[in-house]
Amino acid sequence: MKIQQISLFLENKPGHLNAICRTLANTKINIVTLSLADTQQFGIVRLIVEDWKKAKDALESAGHVVNVREVVAATIANNPGGMSEILDTVDKSGVNIEYMYAFTFRHDSKAVLIFRFDNPDKAIEALTAAGRDVLNEVELFKH
Amino acid sequence: MFYQECAHDENTPVHPVSAPDYMPMDQLRALQLHRLQGLVKRVYENVPLTRKRMDERKVKPEHIKSLKDISLLPFSVKTDLRDEYPFGLFASPMNDIVRFHCSSGTTGKPIVIGNTKNDIDLWQQACMRALAMCGVRSSDVMQVTYGYGLFTGGLGLHYGGEGIGCAVLPISGGNTERQLMMMLDMGVTVIACTPSYFLHLIDEGHKRGIDFRKDTKLKHGIFGAEPWTEEMRTKIENATGIIAHDIYGLTEICGPGVANDCRFHNGLHIFEDHFYPEIIDPETQETLPDGEAGELVFTTLTRTGTPMLRYRTRDISRINTKPCQCGRTIRTFERISARSDDMLIIRGVNVFPSQIESGLLKIDKVLPHYMIYVSREGDLDKLEIQVEVTSETLSDKIKTLEKLRSEIAQSVQHIINISATITLVEPHSLPRSEGKLCRVKDMR
Repeated sequence: MKIQQISLFLENKPGHLNAICRTLANTKINIVTLSLADTQQFGIVRLIVEDWKKAKDALESAGHVVNVREVVAATIANNPGGMSEILDTVDKSGVNIEYMYAFTFRHDSKAVLIFRFDNPDKAIEALTAAGRDVLNEVELFKH
Repeated sequence: MFYQECAHDENTPVHPVSAPDYMPMDQLRALQLHRLQGLVKRVYENVPLTRKRMDERKVKPEHIKSLKDISLLPFSVKTDLRDEYPFGLFASPMNDIVRFHCSSGTTGKPIVIGNTKNDIDLWQQACMRALAMCGVRSSDVMQVTYGYGLFTGGLGLHYGGEGIGCAVLPISGGNTERQLMMMLDMGVTVIACTPSYFLHLIDEGHKRGIDFRKDTKLKHGIFGAEPWTEEMRTKIENATGIIAHDIYGLTEICGPGVANDCRFHNGLHIFEDHFYPEIIDPETQETLPDGEAGELVFTTLTRTGTPMLRYRTRDISRINTKPCQCGRTIRTFERISARSDDMLIIRGVNVFPSQIESGLLKIDKVLPHYMIYVSREGDLDKLEIQVEVTSETLSDKIKTLEKLRSEIAQSVQHIINISATITLVEPHSLPRSEGKLCRVKDMR
C-alpha cells in the first residue's frame, strides 16, 4: 500500500534543481508530483515518478545521491472540507505527519495527498478502517 | 627466540630487514653518536653555509662528544634550501649524485635534494623497514598510487616494495577508473597513496558497487604525505576492512620511510639509526625532553648527497616515553597532529585543521569530505566548514539534516572552542585530490 518517493539534497543555488530535472527529462521520466522543502542554506526535493528505479539509476549515474522512502498516498474529494476529513482520521490514530504534499488530477474530482508518517503502517490501518482510499503504485499511476 | 618474540603476528615472522629496529639501546646510541660525528665533519668540510654558521657559534666538529652536543649545532630550515638553490647545500660532488628529488616550494622555485648511490640504498632500506613493519611480505601485490617523478612518494615506496620482494604495480597517481580495475584484476593486497585519495577510491568504488571486503584482496594501506587523524583511520578501516598505516617522511630528509606505525599504532617508529629526532620549542628553539610537545627536528645521520643538520620540519608532535609492545627499541613519535605552518588564528584562537577534522568525524556516518573556509566579515573572523552529505547522512526530512548540522557544529566547537558555520553541500561537490589535498582556504 506504500509508494516509493525519491528525494535529493540540493544546495540553495541557481541551476541546482534544473540539473536534476534535466537528467530526468533526458531519461524520459515524467514527474507525477514533487515537493520542495527549503531552508536558508539547502533544500530537499522529493519526487514521485512512475519508474522510481529508473529515475534513481539515472540520477545516480549523473553523480547525485538519492534517498528512497516509502510514503503513503491517499485520495480525498476535491472540495472544501475534503482534507479536514482525512486529517481527522489521522489525528485520531495518534500518528504524526512528518510532512505532506498534495496534487490533483486533471480529469478527476479527486485530489491525492502524499504523506510521510512517523508510523506509516499504523496510519494505513487507521485510514483503511475509516474507509479512506489508500493508493498503491498501480492505482496512483493509472490516472 | 628473538624472531618468535618479535613476530609481526601469529602468521608473519619478523622480517630480517627489521633487525636494526630492535637494536639494544646502548648500541643504538653509540651508533648514532658515531654517525653524527662523521656527518658533522662531512657537512663542515663541504657545505659553506653550515661551516659559516658553525664558525659563528665557534663550534668545531670535534666538539661533538656526546649525542647531547647536537644542541650546539645550528638548525637548518626550508628557506636555506631555497636560498642556496639549487646545489648550495650539496655535500657531495656531482660525480657522486645519482638522482634528484624536488619538493614544490610555495614561492616559485622548488627545493632540490641530491641523492648519492648510498642515499638511494639507505632510503630503500628505510622504506623496506616501514613496509615490513606493516606486515608487508614478498607474497604481497602492492599498488603504488603515489606520484612517480620529482615527488619522492612513488619511487620511495616502489623501491621499498621491490626490496621486500612484493609484486609492485607502479601505477602512479590519477585515473581512478583504472586504479580500481587494476586493484580488482591484479589482486592487490597493499595500496600506498595519500589518505584523501584512498577515500576518493572508496567513494568511487562504492558508486560502482565494489565491496572492498569481498571484491578486493586489500589488507594494508600505507598512507602518508599529508596529515590525517585517528578518526580518519577508523573510517577507512571500517569502510574497507584493511589495516591503515601511517608513513611519515619529507623530501628534505629523504622522502617516505623516515617513520612508520606498527600494528599497535602507538605512534610512528622513527628509523633513528638514520634519522636522529629531536623535539624543540619552536619559539625558544630549546631542545625539549621526550614526552613534551614541540616541533620535530631531524638530522640525517647517514645521508651524503644533501645531508641535513637539525632540519626543522614544522610538524608538531612529541616523542613517546613508553616503549611500544612490538618490542622495537627505536622510539616513536605521536601522529602528526598539526604543522606549525597550518595553524590558523581565528578570533585570536589557535586552530589546527586536524582538530576540525576530528570533531567532524566524531559524528556517526560523516565522511571526511570537507573544506574549511576562513574569511573576515567586518572585524570578525568567520569560520565556515562545508561538509558533504552522503548517502548515509542524506534524509528526506529537513529536521534530520538540521540535526546533523547542529551535531557537527557542537562537536567541532567542543574541540576548537570557537563557533563555526556548518554548511551541508551536495555529495561529490567538493574537490577530490589525487595528491596532497588542500582543505583550507584562508581568504582573509
